Amino acid sequence: MIDKPHLVVIGNGMAGCRAVEEILARDADAYRITIFGAEPRVNYNRIMLSPLLAGDKGFDDIVINDHARYADNLIDLVAGDAVVAIDRSAQTVTARSGRVEHYDKLLLATGSDPFIIPCPGHDLQGVVTFRDMDDVGKMLRAADAGGDAVVIGGGLLGLEAAHGLALRGMKVTVLHLMPTLMERQLDEAAGWLLKEALEARGQVILTGADTAEIIGHGRVEGIRLKDGREIPASLVVMAVGIRPNVALARDAGLAIGRGIHVDDHLVTSDANILAVGECVEHNGLVYGLVAPLWEMCRSLADGLVAVPSGYTGSVTSTKLKVSGIDVFSAGDFSGGAGCEDIVMRDASRGVYKRVVVKGDRLVGAVLYGDTRDGNWYFDLLKRQDDVSDIRDALIFGQAFASGGGADANPDAAVAAMSDDGEICGCNGVSKGKVVSAIVGGAVTLDAVRACTKASASCGSCTGLVEGLLSLTLGDAFAGERAAPTVCKCTSFTHEEVRRLIVEKALKVIPQVMQALHWTTPDGCASCRPALNYYLLCAWPGDYVDDQQSRFVNERMHANIQKDGTYSVVPRMWGGITNPRELRAIADVVDKFKAPLVKVTGGQRLDIFGIRKEDLPAVWADLNAAGMVSGHAYGKTLRTVKTCVGSDWCRFGTQDSTGLGVKIEQMTWGSFMPHKFKIAVSGCPRNCAESTIKDFGVICVDSGYELSIGGNGGIKVRVTDLLCKVATEQEAMDYCAAFIQLYREEARYLDRTAPWVERVGLDYIKQRIVEDAAGRETLRDRFLFSQLFMQDDPWAKRAAGEDYKLHQHLAEIRPMVPA
Amino acid sequence: MSLQAEWLDIGPVDQLPALGARTLPVRGGREIAIFHTANGEVYALVNACPHKAGPLSQGIVHDTTVTCPLHNWRISLVTGQALGSDVGCVPVIPVKIDNGRILIGRAAALAGVV
Ligand code: SRM
Ligand SMILES: Cc1cc2nc3c(=O)[nH]c(=O)nc-3n(C[C@H](O)[C@H](O)[C@H](O)COP(=O)(O)OP(=O)(O)OC[C@H]3O[C@@H](n4cnc5c(N)ncnc54)[C@H](O)[C@@H]3O)c2cc1C
Ligand code: SF4
Ligand code: FES
Repeated sequence: MIDKPHLVVIGNGMAGCRAVEEILARDADAYRITIFGAEPRVNYNRIMLSPLLAGDKGFDDIVINDHARYADNLIDLVAGDAVVAIDRSAQTVTARSGRVEHYDKLLLATGSDPFIIPCPGHDLQGVVTFRDMDDVGKMLRAADAGGDAVVIGGGLLGLEAAHGLALRGMKVTVLHLMPTLMERQLDEAAGWLLKEALEARGQVILTGADTAEIIGHGRVEGIRLKDGREIPASLVVMAVGIRPNVALARDAGLAIGRGIHVDDHLVTSDANILAVGECVEHNGLVYGLVAPLWEMCRSLADGLVAVPSGYTGSVTSTKLKVSGIDVFSAGDFSGGAGCEDIVMRDASRGVYKRVVVKGDRLVGAVLYGDTRDGNWYFDLLKRQDDVSDIRDALIFGQAFASGGGADANPDAAVAAMSDDGEICGCNGVSKGKVVSAIVGGAVTLDAVRACTKASASCGSCTGLVEGLLSLTLGDAFAGERAAPTVCKCTSFTHEEVRRLIVEKALKVIPQVMQALHWTTPDGCASCRPALNYYLLCAWPGDYVDDQQSRFVNERMHANIQKDGTYSVVPRMWGGITNPRELRAIADVVDKFKAPLVKVTGGQRLDIFGIRKEDLPAVWADLNAAGMVSGHAYGKTLRTVKTCVGSDWCRFGTQDSTGLGVKIEQMTWGSFMPHKFKIAVSGCPRNCAESTIKDFGVICVDSGYELSIGGNGGIKVRVTDLLCKVATEQEAMDYCAAFIQLYREEARYLDRTAPWVERVGLDYIKQRIVEDAAGRETLRDRFLFSQLFMQDDPWAKRAAGEDYKLHQHLAEIRPMVPA
Repeated sequence: MSLQAEWLDIGPVDQLPALGARTLPVRGGREIAIFHTANGEVYALVNACPHKAGPLSQGIVHDTTVTCPLHNWRISLVTGQALGSDVGCVPVIPVKIDNGRILIGRAAALAGVV
């Protein structure tokens, strides 16, 4: 027995002990074994620290190997004594206590160290990490004292810590730097659902939150974010990531990268030293989950005491251990050439599923709310099975798709339902009812809706009803509906989306996408801007504009030109200007060497050729002269064109210039489905071209003729006369009410002309002219939303907001060889 | 053998707007656009649309695609290929993230620099 070679293991954690198990299982007599562990305890299941913190488990429940087990296998456990040095030439290790052991084979299984953000205050008492039993002990003591906890990091570990602390009665705030939680495992849609669920449980989740400083005197008192916000806390948990623990290996001169370099048999650059677990780097990859460690341990034992098998790397999957919240993710869902997303959402059950298929293979899956098929997807993914046969049914899960073969298409799912299976949850309509309605002559979706009410409420079963129509009628089913859907990401029309946003109180884009079963994970360049506008219109004052859902011009507050520079148009109220404004414009042209300044067709000046880096400085100069953005770039009010009117013109009947200025001051800044132009002419000679504007006023002796729905663009359309009013105030009220009706009811990217043609002049007259009370509420809603819209976007940018949009990230200046 | 590193550190990831992009001019070379997706991944392309050289950095980013701001071509951030019925390709610059820093492939970034 003395003659047995000595295997020394550094690290009494998950990988170290598992490797020993695997070796013993293959050949219990091959080695005499000593394990050094820095922690003063036996080997326990680290991943169970989360349930331990949450109170679901005690320490005894999570022990993997108790003292008896070490003794039974004649393993010498040196607990609470860390190894501090390796001498490779003498083949010895030295522990902190001074103990020296000679080894024949050495196994490094030192795991990782939690990463600590080196911000001021990181070393205060009450700042902890989440890695081992001692950390949990600290958290439990803090929780006993009650109070507020801040968890930095919204990844797997951070969220599990937050969950545990919340269950222990602390008020928990999670700070996450990225815009969505667990962004490395989840996509935006699933991350958002997770955030909602955690918030519903009382946690505060701040995304995009960047920690500046941990404050306190000796002990933590709170945290300050870079944006200045302060959050009180008696406990701060840092869970922002881990770093392979390579210190010993580095000091011993072993080859390391991010982790300790190992070959396929887990041997390091020294043939007598092996390494396994989170501390290693294999084929450029470092792992932070246990499944890969198990695979490594098998190959390690095979190589050491049996027939070498060789480790080839691992595919990983993730589950979040927060009870009641089911989240699963595996593989790669970053997309790319040839990748196709299949998305299914079930808003009533809170389910989101997305699988990514590349060619004939499954390459990634994200599941939220229903993770039953996670393992099945993971198997398909790991085995690289050909899924072309079951592709159309893949998203419905194993139970359905393994029906397999050519029958496996979504319609078959409906076909397979029993007659009393429920189709429409809102109105309790069964499949049998829908089918008999169809047989009875309801051969379109609208007809089915009218006679059964199925799909007439929230609309989420529209796909099922259409499936039944095509099953029952075969080729006789006419197919799609007349009104266009918002885009290919959804089967809902603009009108339905707008109505449902209000009815279901949907407040942010990911929520709309989930509730309305978007078939893509984060929409496209068509639906994102539309949804952003619909939300902005529905929830004035509440909704936070989503910059990334805006077309470049609205994001940059200037018009992009063919060479990538921008043009800048300051507002000139009613087309009137003065020497101060003209001087400021001239100075900007000189100072920034603008190649062109031009009078536009909208009665103002356009400065061309400004670089995006210079925009804030240009705006600052224009602001200083009292000018604000002219919104020449937006789906907004553009210009109010005027003529000189009664002040000067020999034919003028009213003060058209003055009224134009007042209207522009009332309406500027408002976002609309498309751009909106107004004009006021002083007499029927109509020099301001009022009859080709979205809203036109023609002054006459007895008052003001108001007309709507004109367009001077691609398809010229003369306005329709709406009505005649007597006073300026009425002209303004009707204008505000008309704009609000357009804002609330038109489809995104509809100018007023096609909208008026579609809904009919009579409808508009009924809403604006005949229904006086309705007109007033429309006007009031418009004026209310203007409270939040009329602040100059240029001023904010000039003051530094969103500066990143204007500055380069960095610049590369290659060294020119001398 | 060159002493120059294979990767260039161009700054921290948190300097990228979510679902957006920033630019990286290369003196004597072609400007690069660095994109940030909803999943927090980072990609880099030459900042010129294969259609008429529109600044891709100013487009709308969705999934791993950017829609060009000038005429709405969709370009894959992963391959640089135009998607759908459009045909064209823009050079991709390799990117990796290390400790919160963005590293880009030197050779590809400096391609064409004289
Ligand atoms: C600058 C200007 C031309 C000029 O030098 O006069 C202009 C320039 C552009 N127009 Fe215009 N339009 C300009 C007055 C007009 C007018 C005349 C008017 O407003 O009195 C019309 C016809 C009237 C109308 O809209 O009903 C006009 C009808 C269009 C259209 C067609 C709209 C339609 O519904 O058919 C487009 C395309 C679009 O919006 O989709 C368009 C789009 C554009 C765009 C935004 C093209 C683009 O997407 O890049 C141009 C931006 C140039 C820039 O960078 O500034 N422009 N455009 C005028 C700016 C007015 C202003 O001060 O804001
Ligand atoms: C709270 C929590 C929850 C987790 N949940 C999951 C999960 O749900 N699913 C999943 O797959 N993974 C999960 N993980 C990750 C998983 O626990 C790790 O991947 C795994 O523990 C890594 O095993 P390891 O042996 O490499 O490192 P460890 O388990 O950390 O073991 C390393 C050991 O080496 C010791 N050591 C270090 N240096 C020395 C030295 N010089 N001398 C002596 N001893 C030393 C350390 O004290 C430690 O005990 C979780 C992790 C945590 C912290
Ligand atoms: S008419 Fe055409 S070319 Fe001229 S500014 Fe308008 S969009 Fe541009
Ligand atoms: S330049 Fe990009 S689409 Fe035309």
